[in-house]
Amino acid sequence: MSLTNKVKNSLNWLIGGAQGSGVDSAANIFSRACAEGGLQVFGKREYYSNIKGEHSYFTVRISEREIRSHVDEISMLVSFDAETLLRHAGSVVKGGGIVYDSELAEVKIGEVPTLDDAFRDRLVGLLEKVGKPLTVQGVLDYASDNDVSLFSIPYFQLLEEFSTKIEDHSLSKLSRMVNVMSLSSSMALLGFPFETLGSAIRYIFRSKPKIADLNFMAANYAYEYTRTHHGASGLAFGLTTKKPLPDVILVQGNQSSALGKLTAGCKFQTYYPITPASDDSEFLEANEIVPQVEGKDGSILVLQTEDEIAAITMAIGGALTGARSATATSGPGFSLMTEALGWAGMNEVPIVVSLYQRAGPATGLPTRHEQGDLLFATKAGHGEFPRIVFASGDIEESYYDTIKVFNFAEKFQMPVIHLLDKAIANSITTCKIFDQQRILIDRGLLMENVSDISPDLGHASHYRRFKLIRDNKNNNNGDANYLISPRVLLGTENGIFWNTGDEHTEEGHITEDPEIRTAMMDKRMDKLRIAIEQIGDEDKATLYGIDEPDSLTVISWGSTKGAILDAMDRLIDEGKKIRFVQLRLLNPFPIERVRTLIGNYKQLVDIEMNYSSQLALLISENIGISMDHLIVKYNGRPISSSEVYNALVRIILGEAPRRIVLKHGA
Amino acid sequence: MALKLSDYKTEVHNDWCPGCGDFGILNAIQMALSEMGIQKHRAVIFSGIGCSGKTPHFINTYGIHTLHGRVLPFSQGAKLCNPELEIIAVGGDGDGLGIGAGHFVSAGRRNVDMLYIIFNNGVYGLTKGQASPTLKLGLKTKSLPLPNSNDSVNPLALAAVSGFTFIARGYSYDVRHLKDLIKQGIAHKGLAYLDVLQPCPTYNDINTREWYQGSDNLDSETGKQIPRTYKLEGAGFDGIVHLEDEADTKMSNAILKSYEWGKKIPIGIFYQNEMVPTYEERIASKIPDYIKNPPSSQSVSLTDGRSNSDISRLLDILRVSS
Repeated sequence: MSLTNKVKNSLNWLIGGAQGSGVDSAANIFSRACAEGGLQVFGKREYYSNIKGEHSYFTVRISEREIRSHVDEISMLVSFDAETLLRHAGSVVKGGGIVYDSELAEVKIGEVPTLDDAFRDRLVGLLEKVGKPLTVQGVLDYASDNDVSLFSIPYFQLLEEFSTKIEDHSLSKLSRMVNVMSLSSSMALLGFPFETLGSAIRYIFRSKPKIADLNFMAANYAYEYTRTHHGASGLAFGLTTKKPLPDVILVQGNQSSALGKLTAGCKFQTYYPITPASDDSEFLEANEIVPQVEGKDGSILVLQTEDEIAAITMAIGGALTGARSATATSGPGFSLMTEALGWAGMNEVPIVVSLYQRAGPATGLPTRHEQGDLLFATKAGHGEFPRIVFASGDIEESYYDTIKVFNFAEKFQMPVIHLLDKAIANSITTCKIFDQQRILIDRGLLMENVSDISPDLGHASHYRRFKLIRDNKNNNNGDANYLISPRVLLGTENGIFWNTGDEHTEEGHITEDPEIRTAMMDKRMDKLRIAIEQIGDEDKATLYGIDEPDSLTVISWGSTKGAILDAMDRLIDEGKKIRFVQLRLLNPFPIERVRTLIGNYKQLVDIEMNYSSQLALLISENIGISMDHLIVKYNGRPISSSEVYNALVRIILGEAPRRIVLKHGA
Repeated sequence: MALKLSDYKTEVHNDWCPGCGDFGILNAIQMALSEMGIQKHRAVIFSGIGCSGKTPHFINTYGIHTLHGRVLPFSQGAKLCNPELEIIAVGGDGDGLGIGAGHFVSAGRRNVDMLYIIFNNGVYGLTKGQASPTLKLGLKTKSLPLPNSNDSVNPLALAAVSGFTFIARGYSYDVRHLKDLIKQGIAHKGLAYLDVLQPCPTYNDINTREWYQGSDNLDSETGKQIPRTYKLEGAGFDGIVHLEDEADTKMSNAILKSYEWGKKIPIGIFYQNEMVPTYEERIASKIPDYIKNPPSSQSVSLTDGRSNSDISRLLDILRVSS
């Protein structure tokens, strides 16, 4: 098959099907095959809050250059059920292709029970407008009119033939492989070598060799059938492979932070089941024995608790013994954790909360994406206490950031909320293998023995956990700054201390004395000043793009990073001047760093996945600057680089309102 | 150097009401620690919120005064990360059986090796005497505007069905007996529950010290008061499971016994079963090195600050080229 007239190695592939029918496995095989073929991969998974039957789909974007986000346009749609065609056929671009089951063409829209009314009404409206029948064939015709190639594959016939060939007549069992067969057909059409695909199939089913063999053979059968029966001349996309670069991994966002926890030396993680955070804990539990560089194997204890209140309070209990401790949750669970978060703040206990945001409020869209918890994370809890809020922008960053947040927690002796989200958790990407030594472990003033505490830290006759220690510099009240008090662990000889959620003395006993209260509040809150002094500029906020006075300045935080960078690359290729400030430290707010990076801006654009532009509010609160434009999205589907690109073009052309609401999503 | 009772006392002013039953429990805990020779730095007293929540501040060991209802998860987290610690969790009946009841049940399912003591007085003292989960239906203690319309929970029976493997009741004015129960609870392998009847002199004007001592319960012949509490061990009751197949019967007996109330109130050990694996043992069946090398004692970094964990094997699985 000639690739000369095709777009080579740049496409967006989508596979869909009923939940539980193997969509993920097929997408993982496709991603793995492309990665093994030396291509860059970015994939994302969308699914309902449902076990079996509802529509789920996986898009995988492939490129030869670095890609960090998804796009809305589909180059190749792979399906084995009617709903996938109904939902996505209209998004396939000119020159793209659709692989589908021949038997589905006559299915009527009304016969697909999982199609929700709102979508059905929109689809019927569209088909009626363009004069197509209200069937799968109608949407295929509509796509075909747009120069999309249709590849009808008789899956059932293929299965029957395959069943005869391998002399296994359990068709219902074999029919489960229709996912891999449809994937394989698409690979044949794209000109992707079967050898690499076969290797990926064996990788994904590596723990089940028999199933791997069966899938390998079925895929091969479908591949050969497709090559024999379909030309792909109308398809404008193709794939070629090369040897992958060494040290590239294909990693999911629900593995990266967990891997970071292992490197960080997290020894205790608690959780209560919640989407999309549970995967983090389950990955850790599956890998609870941790090989060590020196000494025998270590371990991480993962504990499923009765609720999120128990999750965070157990983690605090663990942290008091010196185990680096974390809990992973999503918005509803974090809401339950807030009282204990304050206790950790009050008692200066280092814990990490991995907050995988999803669309709220209440149960919200439990399996969908949103960045709706920024302000909540920065303010959660009654009263005032210090906490660090740190946001990762992508999968690779989340690995390194996870090690950093454990350092922050111990250095500044306070809870850290590590903001992640559904978009990161449910995406997959190729990236450079994680460097286990890049971030050093820093446990702050953690003292193994009380006698190790240096006299200049004010240690007197007996240990005082909350010793008030001042330096020689003055704070803005004109008082001397407080330093962080040395920490010992439960069980340390001569280190007896008390903790209490009440205001307390240096020893940790309850007090209501007004002067001690003021001093203790100052001591605790002063740690935010210390954190601002000690956290590096790049960890506060990172600048990308063309940094010139007349550049358009985009500001954002978290998982919008990839879509913004990809859109920015495109705009820069087109000669536009644009720069991007990615906020990472959200509390304490890095006022000076952000001021410096923004500088004398021309136009400021805030991009966020929430309704109220929470970062813009935080910036306004801290540095009194208001945005020229707000680009927001809150329909539960991650922002795409197509959307960012289009919105920024409108702004550059002066055609945009102040607030742009993005709405793409399936 | 041998540890004396006074070594376990702090100088913190104790602001419990005069005559409070909590004093007896505090003394009993300190006596038990001292008699068992538990080093001060190895013991941690965790507490919830309320009058009982202040207990750790009066004991000269590590003391962690947590949140309302959350003493069990805080303390289990610490114990599981450092099984060497000797942990006593204390709290009130409202704390443990009201706001914290979910944790009570779940703790039973785990059977972590520690002792939990509830200071049971039927009222929320520190918030001025509202009805607690153990106050009987229809009672009107003095600061209630109307009689209690909730039925009471039976903490001993709840402990039994939740999976606690040591279930006992003490009386705060029988300090020696209580101290012995605390020692047995500490020595017990698994999660021990100790319910302590503890008159609140300020807000519970029904279940008073006098009431427990039988001021309204006179011998018809001698006219003397007949104390309500009696000791199970003195009454031939054996709640200890010696053979695996008697566990169900012993538990049923314990539950039946726990419903005895009124003129005769049993104290002592209702149930004890050390044949149930502790949570620590359950972890060790999956992480063989757990007891010797628990989370709290593992090194996380090398001397130069590099991580001591090696995730190369996991990264190799993710590698796209072999």
